[in-house]
Order: sequence, then C-alpha cells, then structure tokens
Amino acid sequence: MSAPIELPKWADVSLVPILAVIVAFLIAGLVVLGIGESPVKATVLLIKGALGSGEGIGYTLYYATNFIFTGLAVAIAFHAGLFNIGGEGQATMGGLGAALVCLRLDFLPWYIVLPLAIMGAMAMGALWAFIPGYLQVKRGSHVVITTIMFNFLAATLVVYLLVNVIGKPGSMSPETRVFEASAHLPYLHEAFAFFGMTIPKSPLNLSFILALLASVFVWILVWHTRLGYAIRTVGHSPTAATYAGISIGRITMITMAMSGALAGLLAVNEILGVQGRLLLEFSSGYGFIGIAVALMGRAHPVGIILASILFGMLYQGGTELSFEMPRVTRDMIVAISGLVILFAGALDGLIRRPVAGVFARLLKKGA
Amino acid sequence: MDIYATLIAILESSIRLCIPLVFACLAGLWSEKSGVVDIGLEGKMLVAAFASAAAAGATNSAFIGLGAGIIAAVTFALIHGFAAISQRGNQIVSGVAINMLAAGLTALVGNAWYAQGGRTTPLEGNARFLPLTWPGAEVIDQIPLIGPIYAHLISGHSILAYCALAATVASAFVLRHTRFGLRIRAVGENPAAVDTAGVSVTRLRYTAVIIAGVLCGFAGSYLSLGQAAGFLTNMTAGKGFIALAALIFAKWRAWPAMWTCFLFGLLDAVAIRLQGVSVPGIGQIPVQAIQALPYLMTVILLAGFIGKAIPPKASGLPYVKER
Repeated sequence: MSAPIELPKWADVSLVPILAVIVAFLIAGLVVLGIGESPVKATVLLIKGALGSGEGIGYTLYYATNFIFTGLAVAIAFHAGLFNIGGEGQATMGGLGAALVCLRLDFLPWYIVLPLAIMGAMAMGALWAFIPGYLQVKRGSHVVITTIMFNFLAATLVVYLLVNVIGKPGSMSPETRVFEASAHLPYLHEAFAFFGMTIPKSPLNLSFILALLASVFVWILVWHTRLGYAIRTVGHSPTAATYAGISIGRITMITMAMSGALAGLLAVNEILGVQGRLLLEFSSGYGFIGIAVALMGRAHPVGIILASILFGMLYQGGTELSFEMPRVTRDMIVAISGLVILFAGALDGLIRRPVAGVFARLLKKGA
Repeated sequence: MDIYATLIAILESSIRLCIPLVFACLAGLWSEKSGVVDIGLEGKMLVAAFASAAAAGATNSAFIGLGAGIIAAVTFALIHGFAAISQRGNQIVSGVAINMLAAGLTALVGNAWYAQGGRTTPLEGNARFLPLTWPGAEVIDQIPLIGPIYAHLISGHSILAYCALAATVASAFVLRHTRFGLRIRAVGENPAAVDTAGVSVTRLRYTAVIIAGVLCGFAGSYLSLGQAAGFLTNMTAGKGFIALAALIFAKWRAWPAMWTCFLFGLLDAVAIRLQGVSVPGIGQIPVQAIQALPYLMTVILLAGFIGKAIPPKASGLPYVKER
C-alpha cells in the first residue's frame, strides 16, 4: 500500500501487526486514563471477563466467529486488490437470505432447512457484493463507493421488509417470527451434551466450526488453486495478469461474490445460531471491524483467526468491563478498532520504517 | 393556499436538513479536488458535533462551540492528511479508521463525561445557533405568495445556514477563478506537473485537507448546536456518506454540490412528511424507498446510466516525488 520497506517476512507478518496493536492499546489506555479510570485495572478486568471463566471463553469465541467471517471477507478481496467495505450490507442481506429460507421451510427437518438457510445467507451476501463488482467491471464505478452505498441500501431494504412484508404481524418491533427449532444451529454446549460432555453455556454455536472450515477453504483457495493464483496475480499486478491471459473482470466479480458470501455467513452465527429470527442491525459493526481484523491478520487465515480471537476478547471483555467500570463502555472497542486500522493499515509505514531500521542495523552488525 | 403552506414548510425543512450536507459535501470537494479521497467526512462531522456541544455547554457560547468543533475536525483531518499525504498510506483505509475512531471516541467520552448514555447536557439560549429573524419577516409573512418565501425560506435560519451559502460561493469562486484554486485542481489531476512548476504538492494537499476539516467543523456544529440541542451518539447517522454521494452526483463541482444536497434534503423532508400518509391514487409510499433514493441515484449515476461521473484523475493516489 505504501512504498515497499524491506523486512524479513516473519517480522512483516507478526512483529508489525503486534506493534500496531500495542500502539493502539497504548493510545486507548491514555483515553481510559483521560476519563479518569485506571488502564491497568481496566485491562485486568477485560482479560478476566474474556478468559476468566468457561462462559467468558465461550462468548469470546462466539464473537470471534463473526470477526473470522467478516475478516476473511475483507481479506479475500484484498488479495485481488479490491477493498470491500460493504461487509455490513452483505451480512445484513445474508440475514435476509437465511430468514427467507427459514420462514418458508422451517417445517422441514433440520438437515434440509439448515443447509438451505446457510446457502441462502451466502447467496444473498454474494449477490450484494457481486453487483458492485459487476458495476466496477462493466460500468466503471468504483467498488469502494458502491459498497458503501449498498450498505445503506441493504439497511433500508431490510427495514422496509421487516416493517411491511415479513415482520411478525402485530409486533411493534421490526422483526420476524421466531423460527421453528429445526432451523436452529445447535449451540456448542448442546452439541457436547449430545456426546455426553458438559461445557459452560454460551451463545457459541456450530458456526464457529463453520468459520474454521471457511478459513481452511480460503487458505486452500488463495494459495493452492489456479483461481487463487489468478486472484493474487490480479491483486499484485493487473498488467501481469492481463499478459498471462487472466480476465481481470472475471476475477473481480468472482472475488467480490466470494467475499460477500463470506460476509453473509455472519448471519449464520447471529440469525441461525443465536437469535432464531431476523431483526434489525444484527450485524452491528462487525463488518467494519472485519477490516481491522483483515489488516491485523495480514490477510492470512491464521492471522485472521488470531486477530478475531483478540477482537472477540475485546468484545466479551469489554462487555464485562462496562459492568464493572460503567464509564468505560464497549464503544472503546470501536475506537480501538479504528486505531488498529490506522496503525496496521494507513499508517503502517510509521511502524515498519523503524522496525526496518533496527533490522538493517542488526544485519550490519552481524556481517 | 393550504398546499402552498405545506410546500413552503417542506422547502423550509429541506433547507434545514441540507445545511450539514452542504458543508460536508464542500469539504469532500476540497479534499478530493486536491487528490485526497475522503470517506472520513462522517467521522469528522461527528467529532465536530461532539466537541461543539461539549464546548458550547461549558462556555454557554455557540461561537466557542463552533471553534472547538473546527479544531476537532481539523485535528482528525490532519490525521487523515498525515496518513494520506506524508505516509502515502491507503486513503480509504485511513478514512474508515477516522470514522470508527470518531464513532468510538465520541460515544465513549460522551458517556464518561455526561453519564447520559452518550448524550451531552441539553443546550439552550446562547449555547445554540438559533434561527435569525430578518427585519419585517412577520409583517411580510402576511403578503400572499411572496411573503412566506421571505419569512420562511430567506429569513428564519441560523447564521450557519447563511455560512453554508457563503462557503458554496467562496468554494466555487476560489476553485474556479483563483491561482490557488487552479493549483488545487491541478494537484488533483496531475501532481507531477504541479511539482515540476515548483509548487509543493504536499503543501497544497495539506491546505485542502485542512479546509475540508474546517468545513466539517461547521457541519458538525450545525448538527449539535443548530439542528439539535446537544450531541447524541452517532448523530451524523450516515450524513457524511450522503454528502459523499452528493459530491459524486454533483460531479465534483461546488454549485451542483449545493443543489444536490438541497435535493437530498428535500427527499429527507418529504420522507418525514409522508410518514404514514396515504397519497391519493398511489397509496402509502414506503418511507424507506425515499430514504434509499440518494444512495440508489448515486449508484446509478456512477454506473454511467445517467451521464458519467469522473473523479479527479489523481484522487486516491499518493504522490511520490521523482528523484
């Protein structure tokens, strides 16, 4: 993104994002100090809330599931040199896709409804990203602006549908009826109970497994298939891709659709796993934090899983923290994500340059 | 006459609703004309709205509030400028970061300071920008047809509304007819040429980004001191993106920008009016359809189905001086 600064690869993928997060945390610590609370105490409470109990860990991983999906969505687009900031809208549409399937078909057994609902979520998410991709390829409108607009279009569309078409009759709040049990993706504690094991109750559900599978899928796709090679070539050098006979337009549209499908999977965790009905704003900012996750995870599935767990900890720990310290609300996590995006993304030269300087000096000494 | 009164009322609220859009849209115009893409308008407006409300509440002066709002927005603009110009970072990434940082910080600090779920204390009197009544407005209001235009559309707005008009005039003039404006436009189209002419690309872009910050300061102040009486969490509610849409719709020109903002304000006003009203012959128009129009129109325009919107050539590209 900025001028290349030479760094050993391991430092680039681990040291730089870790330093970016540390800088973000230091600034957030100053803010906490500024509003009159102890950052050290806040950190201890946060970690305790996130990891201090089995329930806490369950919640942490449940939030992490959302971040893995949206992080992968942003990352796969990055590989093709595309910036998909429409994760919010694609997730919202994913929710609509899942809900439409469930509302119609939840009288069927789970092994029919659930796969269809998951596919519905992916299809609608994919559609909502494919259109901006198509418009960029065929009509020359930039994906960034179109996906922003599509976020708002998705939000208004779902409000309209929930209020006027698919909402629960007679209900004041805009939401659908609760789906039948067959459309519910089992919680992990239910799944474990099935095998006779008990783990603490939490909203963590089988979507987490799905998220891990999606990570493996993205890893294989991007680094071990022809399509992945084409995607990376387009992202690296569109001219080279053209010379190699790769259709940039085709790759753009395919990548956007896959990106949207991944974002749409967020709805599987939230709608099929936890809420059991479609409601407004269930994507509550996960799409945007996915950008921070992808930047921090250096667009690699392993990095994304680790970054997602960190943000999951922040979400869960932040919730617990806001009970103990009412002055530190969960909005702090949004601010921290902003800082991470800034330092791991737009300002990453600020961190890479000194690190590169240190390495250059070390190498000189070694020689 | 009843229909006429309704029309005047709708136009009046359109003007009110379009003011923050006009400021933010002009901010985007300055930034993008100089080659710095700005999707952080939303965030800058939000910090400005918060800083304005906090400062106005503390000092009981709307003008000090405005000053604080400008300082806050310029600070955020400089972060964006630093990332985009000096660090040559990705401008979209930086803009997203600005928006999230602003949303998080204002809600966090607002809640910590005022303990009202992110609201600031309600403002009144001198701490707000109240509508100004022009001389004789009440008397002239009685004159049929022309009277209400004077009383409600020309008179009866806060000082910031007239500032928005002035900012449009100034932006259009400076960008079009001055050497500085020419250079700003040149640096957004072909920075290498400007550099060759011995003018600093960096300095021009920073200037443009700071102007954008000042304008976002006005936009935010208007929200919390003019339109509302205090700050609410996430009170910009996408206005920064509507302004961005308006900028594209206006094809990066100052006067069309103002008119587009007015059009989007009008849509908003009509949507509010039509809530739950049944239109004869059509039935109830879903409010969401009208709310979605600015976004939809922008997508359609960008896709070149109605004319073509072409951004400044070098926008989004960091400038690397040749050695």
